[in-house]
Parts: sequence; C-alpha cells; structure tokens
Amino acid sequence: MTTELPVLTTADFTTNQDVRWCPGCGDYSILAQMKKVLPQLGVPREKIVFISGIGCSSRFPYYMNTYGIHSIHGRAPAFATGLKSTRPDLQVWVITGDGDGLSIGGNHLMHCMRRNVDVNIVLFNNRIYGLTKGQYSPTSELGKVTKSTPMGSIDNPIHPLSIAIGCEASFVARSIDTNIKHLGTILRRAAEHRGTAFVEVYQNCNIFNDKVWDYAKARETKLDTTVELEHGKPLIFGKNRDMGIRLNGLEPEVVELGKGITEDDLLFHDEQASEPSLAYLLSRMRQPDFPEPIGVFRAVDAPKYDELLNAQVEEAKKAKGAGDLQSLFNSGDTWEVK
Amino acid sequence: MSSITSEPAPSSQKNHELVESATVRLAGDSGDGMQLIGTQLTNTSALAGNDVATFPDFPAEIRAPRGTRAGVSGFQVQFAAEDIFTPGDTLDTLVVMNPAALVTNIADLRKGGILIVNEESFTKKDLKLADLTENPLDDDSMNSYRVIKVPMTKLTRQSVEEQGLSVKMADRCRNFFAMGLVFWLYGRELEPTLRFIETKFGKKPDIAAANSKALRSGWYYGETTEAFISGYKVDPAKLAPGRYTNVMGNQALAWGLITAAAKSGKSLFLGSYPITPASDILHELSKFKNFGVRTFQAEDEMAAICSTIGAAFGGAMALTTSSGPGIALKGEAMGLGVMLELPMIIVNVQRGGPSTGLPTKTEQSDLLQAMFGRNGECPMPILAPRSPSHCFEVALEAWRIAAKFMCPVLILSDGYIANGAEPWRIPDVDDLPEIPIQHPTGHEEGEFLPYSRDENLARPWAIPGTPNLMHRIGGLEKQQGTGNVSYDPENHECMIKLRQEKVDRVASVIPPQSVDGPESGDLLVVSWGGTYGACTTATERCRSEGLSVAHAHLVHLSPFPTNLADILKNYKRILVPELNLGQLSSLLRSKYMVETHQLNKVQGKPFAVDEVAAAIRSELASMR
Repeated sequence: MTTELPVLTTADFTTNQDVRWCPGCGDYSILAQMKKVLPQLGVPREKIVFISGIGCSSRFPYYMNTYGIHSIHGRAPAFATGLKSTRPDLQVWVITGDGDGLSIGGNHLMHCMRRNVDVNIVLFNNRIYGLTKGQYSPTSELGKVTKSTPMGSIDNPIHPLSIAIGCEASFVARSIDTNIKHLGTILRRAAEHRGTAFVEVYQNCNIFNDKVWDYAKARETKLDTTVELEHGKPLIFGKNRDMGIRLNGLEPEVVELGKGITEDDLLFHDEQASEPSLAYLLSRMRQPDFPEPIGVFRAVDAPKYDELLNAQVEEAKKAKGAGDLQSLFNSGDTWEVK
Repeated sequence: MSSITSEPAPSSQKNHELVESATVRLAGDSGDGMQLIGTQLTNTSALAGNDVATFPDFPAEIRAPRGTRAGVSGFQVQFAAEDIFTPGDTLDTLVVMNPAALVTNIADLRKGGILIVNEESFTKKDLKLADLTENPLDDDSMNSYRVIKVPMTKLTRQSVEEQGLSVKMADRCRNFFAMGLVFWLYGRELEPTLRFIETKFGKKPDIAAANSKALRSGWYYGETTEAFISGYKVDPAKLAPGRYTNVMGNQALAWGLITAAAKSGKSLFLGSYPITPASDILHELSKFKNFGVRTFQAEDEMAAICSTIGAAFGGAMALTTSSGPGIALKGEAMGLGVMLELPMIIVNVQRGGPSTGLPTKTEQSDLLQAMFGRNGECPMPILAPRSPSHCFEVALEAWRIAAKFMCPVLILSDGYIANGAEPWRIPDVDDLPEIPIQHPTGHEEGEFLPYSRDENLARPWAIPGTPNLMHRIGGLEKQQGTGNVSYDPENHECMIKLRQEKVDRVASVIPPQSVDGPESGDLLVVSWGGTYGACTTATERCRSEGLSVAHAHLVHLSPFPTNLADILKNYKRILVPELNLGQLSSLLRSKYMVETHQLNKVQGKPFAVDEVAAAIRSELASMR
C-alpha cells in the first residue's frame, strides 16, 4: 500500500499569527518565498522545524505552520545541532541575522558549519541592528553613522560568506530579498543539500538602513554591480553582458570582453570544487571594485556530524550488542555480602 | 595465564593486629601516580568486604612544578569493619614520596601514626624545591610519629633490574613499590592489583612485569623489615546483603542517567563542554553509545545547554553537565528551558568559586546561584546527592520529576562526591520503577493547545514529526493555553505564578524529610550535599556522648519537603554546617523565619567529623 502525500500549498504553511515586521521590510519577501518553496519539497509540515535566535528575522518561526523554536540570541545553530543529532528524520532550518548570527552567535555559526550538521541556515543580512533600533552591526561598513557610532563605525566589517567558506561549509550561497525567483531557487537548493547549507540574503531594513543594498537591487545598476554564478559557466556581467572576471594569478580582475579577450579567458565557476579557495576568492569580491556574486558559491558533499554520530551509535550496538544495564553494573570488580 | 598472575600472591607469616578501621593517605608529586595506587587500595579494600570512603585531592595543574608544594597530589581512603560515611579525619598512616608531600600533609597524621617516607627523595635539591632549609627527617620534628624510612628508589630499581628498563622508567614503578608495602601493612590481597596491572599494561609486557615486581617487592619489604613487627587487618563490614561494586560519584550519576533513559524508553543526549570536576560524566557517558547514548562536546557552555534544549524539543532525554562557571554561562538558556517547559537535567558539579576559583577543590557555594542565578522569576526543582553512590538514585529521581512536571531539574553535586568512591549495592534493574512518559499522538479530540496543563500543571510534550501538532515556542512570554506570544499583563503574572506553582507541587511527590536521632530535642543539624558523611558521623558520635542532637539531611532543596517546617520547630536550636558562608541557612531563615546557627568552612576541603562534632558540642554548651 502506498500513501500519497497530500499536496500542500502556501496557505498550509501560514499560521494564525499576525506578522509583525514593519511594513516594507525585506523579511516579508523571504517569508513568502519560503512558503512557496516548502510545499514543493514533498516533506510533511510536521517534519520541518524552524529555529531562530533573537532579532527581527528571528520572529520567522512564528509565521511558519511547522514546528519551531524562537530561541535565545545567537544560539539557534546549537539548538539545531542538538535536535538534528537526535532526530535525523527532521528537516531543520535556522533563521538568523547579521547581528544574531555573526556577532553574539558567531561561535555557534562557525562550529555548526565546520561540523557540517545537516541544517539549512538562512542569514538575513541588513547590515544593521533593527530590533534594538538602529545600532551598527558586524556587517556595517566602516564609517557607518548610527546611534551607537555618531562619529562613524571604526569596526572592520565581517563578510558572512568568507566566514562560511573559511569554515568549509558544504553549501554556501547568496541571494537578494527582492530577487524572488532567484531567492526561491536558492532556498530550494539549500533545502535539498545534505550537510550545512548557508545562505546569505541581502535584506533591506527600510526603517534603520534603507536602500543599503539598492546598488544590487535597482534595475538600473544591478546588472553592473552583481554577477550571477552558474556552475560550469564563465563569470560574465554588465548590462550588455560584456564584462567578465578573469583570474590574474591569485587575484580576480574585471575585464571587458572583446578586444582580444574571449569568454574562454574568464574564470569559470565550479561550485563543486572540493578546494574552497576559489569560492573564498569570490566571497571577497565587493563593490565598488567588483560585482558581487549571487548564486551558489559552493555545493560539495562532505561527512555530516549528525550522520556520523548516529553511525557510531549503530556501530557500537553492532560491536557490543545493545546495552544491558545489569551487566554494566557488574562490569567492574564486585563482591557478595551475605 | 601470564607470568604476572601465575605466580601466587604471597601470604604473610607476621601477625596482623585487628583494627576497626584505618585511614591512609598516599601523597607525592602529581606525576607520582598517587591517584592510581589510591584507587587500587580502595578497590582492594572494598573487595575484602570493608566499607570504604575516599578523598582524592590533586592540584589543578596537570603537571605542576615537580617537587614543589603546589604539585602535591594526595589520595585518602578510610576502610572499616563498620558503616562509615567519610574518608576519615586524621590519618593512621601517611605515605610520602617527597619532602613537599611531607610538609603539606603531616599535620593530618595522628600522634603515634605511621609515616612511610621515600628517604632517597630528601636530597638538598628536593628540600629546596619544597622550600625547606633543614631536612625534617634529621631533626626531632617527627618524633611523635612512627617514621619508617625506606630507600624506595634503590629497592624499586633493584626489583625491576631484570626488565632492563631505563632509570626513568624503573623509577616510575616506585608507586607500585609503595603500594605493595601499604598492602602488606593492612593485609590486603595483591591479586586484584596484579590483575589490574595485567589489564592496564598488558600490551607492554616489560612495564607490566616491572610494576608487578615492584608491587611484590614492596610487599616483601614489609614482610621482612624489622621496622614492622606486625601489620593490621580490618574485618569485613556488616553491610546489607547483596552484590556490591565500588562507584565514584560522577560514574554513579552517569549510570543513573542511562538507567533513567532506559526506564523511560528514551535515548539519552548529553550536550556538554569539558570542565573540572564535571568532565568525567561526559567521559563516562561517551562510552555508552551502545545504550543509544549520544554525547555532543559542544563549542562552549551555551551551545552545550542549547543543544540539550534542542534535543529535548525533539523528544530525547536530554541533559547538560558543568560546574559553577559553566552554569553561570548557561543561565540565559536555563531560563529558556523554564519558559519552554521542556524536561531536561542540568548538572552542576560544584567547585571552589567565585570565577575560576579552585577548580579541583570542593565547595557548596552554588546553592543560591541554583535557586536565583537567572534573570526573572525562574524557579526549577533542585536536588543534591549526599554521597557518591547516591548520585545514581538522584539521577533517576531528577528525571522522574522533570518528565512528570515538564521542567528543567538541577542536580547539585560537588567535587568531593564526584571524585569520591564508596561501595554500592547493585540493584536489580527489573526492580527499579519505570518512568512513564507519554507524547500526544496528534489524534486527540479538540484543538491542540501546547500550553494546556494536566493535574501536575505539566504541558503536553508534543514532539516534531507528530502530525497536526505543529506549534512554535520561544522565550517570549506565552499565553496560557495557546502558547502564543502574549504581552498581556494579567497573563504574564498568571504564567509567572504557574511556573512557580509547578515547582512547588513537586513537593507532593517527593519523600517526606527524615530525621536521624530524637524527634525533638536541643539541637537539629540541617545539612545538604556532600557534607552528609561528616554530619552523620558527628551527630551519631555526639548522641553516643549523651547529647540531644538530631540530623536532617536535605536531598530536595527546591522545593523543600513539606514536613520540614514542622521538623524545624521541634528543636531548641538549629545548626547548619555548610562549605560556604551560609547559603542553605539563608534559605531556611527566609522561608521558615527560624533562627539558624551556622558552621561554615570555605577552604576547598570537606568538613572533618571533629569540626562538626566540636561545633555541636559548643552550640549545646552555649545553651546551658
């Protein structure tokens, strides 16, 4: 007998809770794409868990009709690790932000990725602290004037994807809140990846950091300021698709196609390269010197912590037999008192 | 059979005088292997049927500067023909491997006690390392002891000559020589240690043979030296019938946790970060993957408890283990555990604080942290084991409470219990009660309310994977019933009170407080945790002197047993001995508005029986 999974829709993933993000927030778009993607995966709702930390983005689980935990600041990857390690049957998502994931929770994020726990992490990067009303974040640019940096930020910003690739995360990608088609594809690929999938989403905070990503979103500029990564294809960008990225030794450089430079001279993207150096190099490409890559930087197969842990349990059971308490208690020196 | 065990263990021709009990301390440099021989003496004495209690005492540094006072490592054991509760106050025999060990331990040796000295390690250099200008063996400062000077280094080297080891390796057998001598002195069998040597060093036959030779040679030294006319022996203790094994506190706790998991049909998950003196629980549980135990060595203390909460959400029996500094880091997540109303166990093996404090020394100074050390009104049940073997029972009890009331439960152990050892009567696993746990199936009638409550105020433990029960929980205040986020003032107060009431109701399922001694009288000693042994022995001793003193030892610290209020009223005075500045004392005062007298010690060391007995006598004298 086979039981067919009921066909789910976006509405099935909607909860009865009012969404409380500010009108115009980029989070709405990410929520909408998530609800659109999940029904396509064939995973029952009860098998999906969303875990978040603290911050605007971390309200996300309340709006998804799945299981969920709105946990504490920065620690969502740790909750997810405990859950996935004991319940490998579940699909676990971590929703975090640039403050939650990279500042207070940097340590957990790093360790989750290097262990390659099979969870999907979506980091909403708006380069500002929203929920605490507008302080600079670890991704804010140098010189950023905020409530806590009236003379401008003097903190060198962190690049989320460089961190992820430095930790050898097995899936690393970037998308943009308003680029809904692209975002949907990336979320789907993250869900389908086994091991830690890390996705940075450029997300607009229209209250405290409006237009921070406009260069990458605006119709007039986005083709010049971003480059879409496609596996096996050369890095070409620009309104007229006449610009490319070429590798000059260990340095990328922007070149104009034609005038003796052909597509074959360009850097070809290989998301499956086991060596993460090229992906790291791509993660360093930033405006205004380079177009910023969007798409999948890296997608490789690597051993997963949760799988290995459960394999050890099975191996131990096979080698020693299922645990027997009475023999455990008698396993040392014992003596009888009559 | 190998040559180590095939040669029969020797038997003594000298007289061995019968004694009721003996307290022995082995002290040397932290690299001298004192903990190893102490453990062997303990196990062998337990196997001989004695009651035993131990007190390992070692520096926080793995290899403290060699030969210095800071580097001294000691292991104390009392073995007796009667029930004992402590490792003993004063020493009958002290073995010292160097001058630093002598000066730091000699004060505990009773007058007339035996002092066994490795005389060859009292060179000028050794004395200097121990900050000594004169050799204490040369003046009359040791006159009140029976000093037995043994050229241990020379004798050990001779005994292992055949193995052709380097001098360095040969000298590493010295602890076995010392052990052999102590074994002879107390008529202990060599057999169990010979077996131990074979198991531990079996892969290195030379080392195994050398250690067993050193052991035998130490034994023969005792048998032939004129320094000892006779040895001692301690008859088996009259313990309750049954099969026994020796357990250490952290080990018994780990075993109790595995048992609790099995009895509740759960898999055990431990999220932990290494910290002294709790790490041995992590080590012990890591061995038991075949019991379905999953251990996760997290990146930090916060990740450890957060992974625990994640696993609890998924339906596992989850716990985290740490010591005071780690518990401080876990505070926020412990609050989330209270808010989420998920069952889990948090273990604090207390050590000397504050801050890094005294990592390897014992203290009871985290009781108020356990009670109040979190933001907001954040109550949780708290249990404290009283002895190494009692950790087993407390683990089962903690999980029974956590599962029944859907809440985190805190176990407050301490370094003294964790590293101490005593005989444990092995229970029949089938006789241990089941711990029933039910998860809703998703087919119940009516709307699912994640924060609806049963008669214990526990909410349903609905786990991911169950259809129709999808729900979201979090650290924001919950609406009673639905569990939705609620900022409603009345609801917040209702929930605060509910979470407190839930913990209070635990009192209805715990055993009433028992009292040793008269039901009413002059003085009641109230204690908790690892001071049980000293307080029990001291109160028994004082009663045998005709004093009117009773003893109530608390295992449940939150909530207190309901009959405690009445018990406290039955005595003219209350004395609370604690290894802190009076934490239980404050709790008793504020809850019961009683006057309490305190006996406090914060030296990183347990109470001596004499200290508690003296305090009892002095309290009673001041009442006259």
